Amino acid sequence: MKSFLAKRLGLSVLTVGLAAIIVFFMTHILPGDVARQSLGRQATEEDVIAFNKLYGLDKPLLTQLFNWIKDLLSGNLGVSMSTSRPVSETLIPALGYSARLAGVAFVLIVPLSIAGGIIAAMNRGKKVDRAVTVGGLSAAVIPEFVWAVILLLVFGVVIRIFPISAMPDDGNGGFLQSIWHLLLPSIALLLVLFGYIARITRAGVIEALDSDYMRTAVLKGYSRRKAVTKHVLRNAMLPTIAVVASQIPYLIGGLVAVEMVFNYRGFGTVLLAAVGGRDYAVLQSGVILTSTVIVSFQLIADILFAVLNPRIRQRISE
Amino acid sequence: MSTPTLELRNLEVAYTVRGIDREVLRNISLSIQPGEAYGLVGESGCGKSTAAYAAMRYLPRNGKITGGSILFEGRDMVTMSDAEVSTLRNSVISMVYQNPVAALNPTIRVGDQVAEVFELSGKSKSEANKLALEALVKVKIADPEKVMRRYAHQLSGGMAQRVVIAMALASNPRLLVMDEPTTGLDATVEAEVLDLVRELRRETGTAVLFISHNLGVIRHMCDRVGVLYAGALVEQGTTADILSNPQHPYTVGLLRCIPRGGLHKNTDRLETIPGSPPSLGLHFDGCVFASRCTLADDRCRTEKPEMVEVGASHIARCFHHDQAPGMARNIEGASQGLSIRTKQTTQSGDLLQIEKLSKIFNQDGHKVQVVNDVALHVAPGETLGLVGESGSGKTTIAKMILGLTAAEPSSVISINGKKLARTLNKRDVADVGALQIVFQNPDQALNRRHSVTRIVSRAVERLAGLNKSESDNRAHELLSGMRVDASLHNARPAQLSGGLKQRVAISRAFAGSPNLVVCDEPTSALDVSVQATILNLLVDLQKQDDTSYLFISHDLGVVRYISDRIAVLYLGRVMELGNAETVFNGPHHPYTEALVSSVPAIDGSQRKRIRLEGDVPSPANPPTGCVLNPRCPRMAGSGVEGLCTTVEPELKEVEPGHFMRCHIPLDQLRATQQK
Repeated sequence: MKSFLAKRLGLSVLTVGLAAIIVFFMTHILPGDVARQSLGRQATEEDVIAFNKLYGLDKPLLTQLFNWIKDLLSGNLGVSMSTSRPVSETLIPALGYSARLAGVAFVLIVPLSIAGGIIAAMNRGKKVDRAVTVGGLSAAVIPEFVWAVILLLVFGVVIRIFPISAMPDDGNGGFLQSIWHLLLPSIALLLVLFGYIARITRAGVIEALDSDYMRTAVLKGYSRRKAVTKHVLRNAMLPTIAVVASQIPYLIGGLVAVEMVFNYRGFGTVLLAAVGGRDYAVLQSGVILTSTVIVSFQLIADILFAVLNPRIRQRISE
Repeated sequence: MSTPTLELRNLEVAYTVRGIDREVLRNISLSIQPGEAYGLVGESGCGKSTAAYAAMRYLPRNGKITGGSILFEGRDMVTMSDAEVSTLRNSVISMVYQNPVAALNPTIRVGDQVAEVFELSGKSKSEANKLALEALVKVKIADPEKVMRRYAHQLSGGMAQRVVIAMALASNPRLLVMDEPTTGLDATVEAEVLDLVRELRRETGTAVLFISHNLGVIRHMCDRVGVLYAGALVEQGTTADILSNPQHPYTVGLLRCIPRGGLHKNTDRLETIPGSPPSLGLHFDGCVFASRCTLADDRCRTEKPEMVEVGASHIARCFHHDQAPGMARNIEGASQGLSIRTKQTTQSGDLLQIEKLSKIFNQDGHKVQVVNDVALHVAPGETLGLVGESGSGKTTIAKMILGLTAAEPSSVISINGKKLARTLNKRDVADVGALQIVFQNPDQALNRRHSVTRIVSRAVERLAGLNKSESDNRAHELLSGMRVDASLHNARPAQLSGGLKQRVAISRAFAGSPNLVVCDEPTSALDVSVQATILNLLVDLQKQDDTSYLFISHDLGVVRYISDRIAVLYLGRVMELGNAETVFNGPHHPYTEALVSSVPAIDGSQRKRIRLEGDVPSPANPPTGCVLNPRCPRMAGSGVEGLCTTVEPELKEVEPGHFMRCHIPLDQLRATQQK
């Protein structure tokens, strides 16, 4: 188990490292000049040279890459080129906001989708089943930013149940207050992911329900309900975990669009602004943070998968 | 008589298929007394498993009881509440299943699954665990403490079945339902499981409903038998009566289909039952068997026969039961002069020659030798049977011959004296066509999207080098020769029965006029009546074209019937090789002896069981000396124990044409085995 963890951890670090290199070169391919963008049209040639020298942009690319990675490893995310303040000052609070939104969305999406899948499977072929599968699929074909706009218009503008901004007015507000504000954007994400996760869960539960071991459980004397909780769910959850983990990158991507619509000062908004302003430092570090988050969740899913599945666990321990 | 433990009274069960109710069990009445073992036999689709599950009041999602009652000790389970049925299942009726590994939850430890039964009946967790361990001890599982902590996939089939039996017996049931409990297990494992069940039954006196398609097993296990056909009980009586003195035409036909000792392809053609079993839930006005019965007349087709007494506690559902025992034998003629071979092999001597055949797999860095220095040869027109339990290497040998798995570089596989490349893609078309295979499961071997003609003509095109229209014609010829009716040539495999699918697969194998066909369990998935027609077909083809077969089967009766010579494999080595009758009649190699003695005979003439102790060792770590020595039933007292445990014996010719890998002298084996 230890060597498995070490291997997986090493692989995760490698993934993030590769992402860092790719991101570095990608940002430098972006058209436009950072100095000009930051300093404005009036800037003289000397100003530009001074700016480039200040941020090390005059050095060869590989040196820049090396310096950046060196800084990253020491926990220094760099200095924003547009605000001249440490990147962490912008990114870390934004990350906190986004994590809060993602957290609310996750807590909403995962249990609801799994419950939907289980209910559909238990009522196979009945109306509930069809409602979940067809409804879920129909909702998923509409992109999250469209849902966001629709939800905003209907429940924020016309009916006015929910606030139109995901940010409480005073910027922070109480815990419940901020969750209340995050509900509508989370629902937009839920609508897109529900169908997918519910369908996978449904398939897993049906497979387990039809299995020989489920039959054994019933013939041992379990009631159907008890047999489901004792024998079906654990086996049915395996494919679901893999799917949920694979949807994390999507969830984060979805956040970017939804944050824009709900005017939320999260990670996505900051990154988008950084792209517009050619703020290499913010962009690069932002992407690295994102990939770290994604890779961590994948790692957690892998471990969870192994814990639940004795076959995998055995292969690991051998 | 006391109240029967189980009584089915006019039970009717239907499955709803595409909105229509199809009758699966038709008016079944039977009863099982306390302590009695009742067997239900019949071919696939006859409803025996449905009857077994009905005894637990457990039906598939689309199944329902449409009439009659299921009485457990006089109480009708049909009208009981779900909770009452659950209580019965937990306390007094239990079930053992066909596929024991799948019957266990893959993510819960085996011990916890056994303990569940006790927890359900109200025991505390720790007490349940203690009782679970005792239950595992009772079924004589090796190292029960360790097994408690294992998961299903870490158990062999035999161990998993012991666990399932332990689970079933945990509640001291008064009725035990066993649905094909040993199907899929190796012969020696099957024999051990059956011994265990008999022993436990002697101790507990549990009544048993035993389902099996294997009449030998039924003979061994049951007091009384019921024969099912198309969902109807057609005959019932004591086991000995039914199997030696059947009175229903179906039972008579069924028993005659089975290849048994004394019959051989060179002298006897297998009998068959004409036609094929009816599809599920067909409606009958008269007798269910009328369409296939040689005794049937108009009355049989229009009027349903009642059960009539034909002997002491022996009943049959037939108007003409008195004629059944003497009814005409149904021996189909040989296929009409279809000559497959377009090229003639003129040379005599060996067709296939294998020397030093070995295979080493690399398993997580360990070298595992699954086939070890095998030498075999097959003459034209000869059938070499390969016999051995799972893990003996028989399928690997077949795959290496076909080039599907690369043999070790030192191996030599040659056909007609020409050395073949080790892998298929390096062999030329003629070599590929010369060696063909018929698989166990035609469902998976035939392309579902192609028509039957296309499946065969593709092979003809590829192997015989004919153009499209020529190859289509040749395909039709081949299929008709295999008795696949012309009206079915455009059908897809899914529309065909198992037997017909296997005929298509055989047609495909013969498309390139093969010299040798590997038959890998070709009839294992088929019913005995269908098996007989397929075996007859294979024999015909062989006689016409001098085709050789390498015939792999776990069914010793089938191998004995069709083989000229037999090689017995154990842990990737040939332990014994000789003429079919010599290998079966002995003197045997001790392993062969154990294998042969483990098969329950239909006529009840059980020879003394020779047991193999313990499990098959891992090929990754084979025993030193003779690989059989830790389990050998004849080593103790042989006087050569020292040799057996240190030096691996050579395969040597102990009498003309009879080879054995054993240190014990032949005369000594003969003497001990005759005792």
